[in-house]
Amino acid sequence: MTNTTKHLLGLEGMSAEELTRYLDTAESFKEISERPVKKVPALRGITVANLFFENSTRTRISFELAEKRLSADSVNFSASGSSVSKGETLRDTAENIEAMKVDMIVIRHGASGAPHFLASLLDGSVVNAGDGAHEHPTQGLLDMFTLRERWGGFAGRKVVIVGDIAHSRVARSNIYGLVTMGAEVVVCGPPTLMPPDIERLGVRVETNLRKAIEAADAVNVLRLQLERQKKGLFPSVDEYARVWGLNNEVLKNTKKECIVMHPGPMNRGVEIAHDVADGERSVILGQVTNGVAVRMAVLYLLRGGAALEAEESQQSTDAKSREGKQVA
Amino acid sequence: MLSLDNLIHRSYIIDNVTVVDPARNTLFPGHVVVSEGKIEGVERGRAKEASLPIYDGRGLHLAPGFVDIHVHLREPGHEYKETIATGTLAAVCGGFTSVACMPNTIPAIDDRSVVEFILTQAKIAGLAKVYPIAAATIGRKGEVLSEYHDLVDAGAVAVSDDGAPVGTADMARRVMEYTVPLGIPFVEHCEDMCASGDGVMHEGFHSTQLGLKGIPAHSEEVCLARDLIILGSVKGAKYHAAHMSTGGSVELIRRAKNDGLSVTAETAPHYLCLEDKDLVTYDTNKKINPPLRGAADREAMLEGIKDGTIDCIASDHAPHAANEKQVEFAAAPNGSVGLETMFPLIVTHLVQPGHLTLPQALALITHKPAACLGIPGGTLTRGAAADLVLFDPEERWTVRADDLHSKSKNSAFLGHGVTGRVKVTIVDGVNVMAAKVGV
Repeated sequence: MTNTTKHLLGLEGMSAEELTRYLDTAESFKEISERPVKKVPALRGITVANLFFENSTRTRISFELAEKRLSADSVNFSASGSSVSKGETLRDTAENIEAMKVDMIVIRHGASGAPHFLASLLDGSVVNAGDGAHEHPTQGLLDMFTLRERWGGFAGRKVVIVGDIAHSRVARSNIYGLVTMGAEVVVCGPPTLMPPDIERLGVRVETNLRKAIEAADAVNVLRLQLERQKKGLFPSVDEYARVWGLNNEVLKNTKKECIVMHPGPMNRGVEIAHDVADGERSVILGQVTNGVAVRMAVLYLLRGGAALEAEESQQSTDAKSREGKQVA
Repeated sequence: MLSLDNLIHRSYIIDNVTVVDPARNTLFPGHVVVSEGKIEGVERGRAKEASLPIYDGRGLHLAPGFVDIHVHLREPGHEYKETIATGTLAAVCGGFTSVACMPNTIPAIDDRSVVEFILTQAKIAGLAKVYPIAAATIGRKGEVLSEYHDLVDAGAVAVSDDGAPVGTADMARRVMEYTVPLGIPFVEHCEDMCASGDGVMHEGFHSTQLGLKGIPAHSEEVCLARDLIILGSVKGAKYHAAHMSTGGSVELIRRAKNDGLSVTAETAPHYLCLEDKDLVTYDTNKKINPPLRGAADREAMLEGIKDGTIDCIASDHAPHAANEKQVEFAAAPNGSVGLETMFPLIVTHLVQPGHLTLPQALALITHKPAACLGIPGGTLTRGAAADLVLFDPEERWTVRADDLHSKSKNSAFLGHGVTGRVKVTIVDGVNVMAAKVGV
C-alpha cells in the first residue's frame, strides 16, 4: 500500500479515497498495539524529529509511541528547552535539525501555516501535529477513525461540533474530513466564537445546543481555551458552561446511541459535565487509543510516499548516468 | 538621430514617440522639446527643426514622470530594508520621478532636522524627487502635535502618522485644525486598532479557512467615518485617505465627496489586483496592512477608480528584508515593495481589460496624486520640470526578485506576468536610469 503525497499538512482538499486509505491503514495498525510485543520494523532506520513549539502531552506522546512501535528513531524538541527561546527563527531551527539527516518532521506550532512554511523549505516529510487555528489533521483522522469503527461508514450520520469553532484546528480538520466523507456536520457555539462564513465549508451553524444535537449520532466537544474569556469573547465560564456545556440534561434531546467525543484535555464541568465525560456515551479514551494507530498509519504512508518519490528520482538518475554504482 | 541611452545634452528633442498627456487626456504621435531641464513644448508629428540634438524614441510612449505619494524609504532607521538611494533607484526604474515618503522612520519625521536629512540624502542620490510627509504627532504617538510650520518650512508637504492612525477623535480634530493655515493635507492611515486586534489578514471566509486571525473591513471604515464626520466641522482642512482597501470605504468617500467635503483618496495596486484568497499558500509577501480584501471589495475599488471616487493609486512601497519575511505568517511584518511593479500592473489590470484608457490610467499616477498633496509634477505643461518617462506599453515580462532594484525584494507580485515596461526615466532633463543602472 503506497501513498503518493509527501506531507500531511491538512485534511482540506483530501479526497474520500485518500481519507479512506489512512483509515484503512490505521485499522491494520491498531492490532499491533494489542500485542505483547508492540513493535514492527516498518520504519526501521528512519529518523523522525518531533518539534513541539506549543505545549502538548497527548499528541506528543501519541506520535512518539507511534514512531517507536514502527521502529523509527525519534528525537523530541520542545520550544521551552531550545534555541527558540534564544531567538532563533523557525527556519533556522528546522534547517539545523534537517542538517542532521532527519527524514520526517512532526510539527506542532501556534502559527497557522507553520508546517506549510517548513514543507516549502525542507526535503523531508512534514506532518502537521496542529498549527494555530488552522488544522490538526491527525486529530481529524483519529476522530473519523473512532466514528467509522462504530458506524462502518459516514453516510447519513450527523456530527455536532460544539465549542470555540473560531479558534479550533480540531473543528476545521473534522469538518474537512467528515464533509468529504458524506456526513452531516453542524457546528454550535457562541456567535462570538464562530468564524465568518463557516457555512461555506459545508456545515450548518446552530447556536442553540439543544437544537443542534437533535438526531445527532455524535457530539464532538471542543476544549474551551479559558483565555478567550479574558479577551472578552464570552462573559464568563459559568455562563458558557450553562449554555454550551454538554451535560446529561442536554443529551436527553438526542438519540440514545449518540456518542460523545472530546479531543482533550478536558475542562470538566465547563464544556463537558463530569458524568458525561465518564458516562456510557463517552468514547474519549477510545479516541486516545486510536490516535496511536492513526499516527502510525500516517507516518507509514508518508514514508511510503517519500520512498516512492526517492525511487522515482533514483530511476531517473540511473537512466541519465549509466555508469557508477552508488556508494552504499 | 541619437540614442536616449546616451542622453548627454541639456537641451534636446525627443522625437518619434507616442505622447501620453494624462492631464489633457490625449494620446498622439509627437515630439517633446526640452530646454535646460524644463519642458519647452510638446507637439504633434515629427520634429522639423534641427537646431537642437534629436533623440529617437521610436516604438516608445512618452508621459510625464510618474508620481507616487505613498512610499516607505526606511531611512533613517531601517537602512537594512531600504535607503533613500536604493528606494529612489527603484522609483526611477519604475518610472517615478517624484515620491512622497512616509514618516514611520527612526526617528520619525517629526523634526526639521529629519526633513533636511531626507532632502539631503535625496539630493546626493540624484534620482527621483523626494517629498517628505511629516509625522502628524511627535514620535507618531498621537499625543503632541509636531511643529508643522517648521516642518513645512523645511520641505514637508503633508502630515500623517502612517503605519498607524491618529488614535483619538480629539487628536484627529487637532491635526486637521492645525493644518488649515498651512493648506497641507492630513494623510490618514485609517484603522481602528482595537478592531484589528492581532489580526493578520482580511476577516472573511478565507481567514476561517486558513485559521488566521481576521482584520474586519470595519477596522478601516470606522476610522474613516470618524474622520469624515470631524472633517465636516473643520473648515478649510484637507483630508487624504491613504491605502483604501474596502468597498465600504469607497462608499463613505463617495458620499463625503457628494457632501462637498475636501477629501481625496488613494488605493494601491494590490487592492485592485489581488484578493484574500491569494493567501492560500501563506505567502508572507502578500501580508500587507490593510490586508488584501475580498472579491467584492476589489470590484468596488475598481468601480471607485473608474468613477473618480478614488483619486489616485499609490504603491505603499514597503520594503522588508528577506529574513523578516521568511517566518511564520503571523510573525511576518506587513508590506510589499511596489515601485517597480505599479506601472505594469496598471497597464495589465486597468488598461488591457478596457476599464480605463491609457491616459486615464496614467492620470492616476501623475497629475492626480500630485494634486492630492499639492506637489509639482505629473504634467507636460510648458515650463514644468522635464520629468519624463518613456515606456513600451506592450512588452510582456514576469516579475522576478532579480529584476527589482529596491534593496528588499518582498514583492507580492513575484512570478506574475505583466505587460508594460519602463525604458527611460528623465528627471530635470537628465536620463537618471542610464546614469545609475547602466541601461
